[in-house]
Amino acid sequence: MSTKKLNQKEKYRCMTRDLDWEPSYQTKEGIYPFERFEGIRITDWDKWEDPFRLTMDAYWKYQAEKEKKLYAIFDAFAQNDSQTKISDARYVNALKIFLCAVTPVEYQAYQGFARVGRHFGGVGARLACQIQAIDELRHVQTQIHAMSHYNKHFNGLHDFAHMHDRVWFLSVPKSFFDDARSAGPFEFLTAISFSFEYVLTNLLFVPFMSGAAHNGDMATVTFGFSSQSDEARHMTLGLEVVKFLLEQHEDNVPIIQRWIDKWFWRGYRLLTVVGTMMDYMLPNKVMSWAEAWEMYFEQAGGALFKDLERYGIRPPKYVEQTTVGKQHISHQAWSIFYQHSQATNFHTWIPSDTELDWMSAKYPDSFDRIYRPRYQYWRDQQVKGERFYNQNLPMLCQVCQLSLSFTEPDDDTRLSHRSLIHQGERFHFCSDGCHDIFRHEPEKYLQARLPVHEILKGNCGGSNVEEVVRDYYHITSSEESFEYLGSPEHRRWQQWKNDEPKPDGDLPKVI
Amino acid sequence: MPVNAIGAYPAQSRDRLENFNGRQLLYLGWSRHLLFCAPMTFALPPEMTFGEFLESVVKPAIAPHPDAAFVDFAKAEWQLDDQPFAPDLAASLSANGIGHKSLLFLSTPGLDGIHGSHN
Repeated sequence: MSTKKLNQKEKYRCMTRDLDWEPSYQTKEGIYPFERFEGIRITDWDKWEDPFRLTMDAYWKYQAEKEKKLYAIFDAFAQNDSQTKISDARYVNALKIFLCAVTPVEYQAYQGFARVGRHFGGVGARLACQIQAIDELRHVQTQIHAMSHYNKHFNGLHDFAHMHDRVWFLSVPKSFFDDARSAGPFEFLTAISFSFEYVLTNLLFVPFMSGAAHNGDMATVTFGFSSQSDEARHMTLGLEVVKFLLEQHEDNVPIIQRWIDKWFWRGYRLLTVVGTMMDYMLPNKVMSWAEAWEMYFEQAGGALFKDLERYGIRPPKYVEQTTVGKQHISHQAWSIFYQHSQATNFHTWIPSDTELDWMSAKYPDSFDRIYRPRYQYWRDQQVKGERFYNQNLPMLCQVCQLSLSFTEPDDDTRLSHRSLIHQGERFHFCSDGCHDIFRHEPEKYLQARLPVHEILKGNCGGSNVEEVVRDYYHITSSEESFEYLGSPEHRRWQQWKNDEPKPDGDLPKVI
Repeated sequence: MPVNAIGAYPAQSRDRLENFNGRQLLYLGWSRHLLFCAPMTFALPPEMTFGEFLESVVKPAIAPHPDAAFVDFAKAEWQLDDQPFAPDLAASLSANGIGHKSLLFLSTPGLDGIHGSHN
């Protein structure tokens, strides 16, 4: 006797795998023209296992339920004036980076998955990518909606899409995704689904979302929870993709290894900004960046690469440099932003005494020796009314587009620099990792649009940085940029808290 | 390796010399002085003399650092693109062998940043 209702497995078979057909008047090669040029060999798409067996109808149902809950919380957040109940207004500066850096790359992820979801010969892979594309679009929308309430009360959130395309430091996330999206479909999946989503995304979503909770930002926390189940699916897809490719043909192994090496390094550099947000922009701390790196990469990633050993995959190249770097990169990036704060859409500041002590305790090998004396000097300058800004334009890495601000893995008092000459022109890099990425595909990266060079070519309007910031970036520097203490936003926060603004702000006392 | 692409992949450097309106890029770093977060980028006429570069570019650029006032440029040591370099103050940047996108590092022995912290 046949049942009237399909069970989950049958549903998946009928509503996913059965949607495919054998073409009769076009060749498969003609329909999927991008499946071979990367050198990846697929012998049997039917071996693709979708670990979630999600069908479109179930997907819509789950997502609609999540949305309903999420928007109820957003409404409550707005109605209760919850922006006044966060830990401190400095926290919102992390959201300004998030909205300008992360939200637009979620959109890029949507575009990327929509594209590769067209180009795979296997229906299981196509559907998984299409569902992820819709997820990413949902994340864009919900992030914008979560932050739109802050936009009513804080500066720097008003033109995030425009800023993402133009503001100097946002070329770091933008170029990361441009690189992935302009690669072939299999490299895109290895880059985004595996190296980023599976290996590294926990570093953004777990500690940063806990940070939002610790700092009273229930809108962002709820968004985080709402996307968490999507992220879990994306991570599983990432691992599935890589295992599938490795099992399909042994020729795939060296190609995948090179992509893992490349995208691990690119992801690590990108996460420098997240490290800074965690260590410096969360007034209530959850864990240090170094601790997050140990927990979510060294431990979890260590187990993963042990598991992948049987496929002939080794841990990413230069992974040992990240063990040294975790002691430094968040401080190095905060120093970049602090001294170039005249050109950012968010504020910077010197951490309070309590925060400095926290960093000394969390970074015993580096902080007191290098970074604390630096902050002490900057704070002294600020007390004298000579807040330090660097008026010079920084030198950028041709690949990751961060400034050359990292130190050598074996000497943390010396800037790390690599260079090479390609067709008569010199190119510069922040690290061995970025140098190797360029050397493998120089034609791709010699087209990089480095924001500093564009300013010097006169491509960003304006004859000076002030005009570029105002007219080209759309940053109103008197409101959005410069030091936090004494900023309009700081004064407004004090008024909300019924504190009379003090003439010199509440500068932490000089030790 | 050439880019693995779906077709021909002609590519031109975006930062080639001709795109800088007669100027060339020069990067300047100061060893053991991490207070400045990175080497600095300048677009300069290649015919500028090194002496002029020192006076009108280097000195103002490093001036915000408290060590700047103590730098004795007669004793300063230079590295040009990772090689030891002895500049000729009267000669132009190009005559000194400084090319487009060269990296110049200034070392000032005896000055090790704020309280010797390499900042």
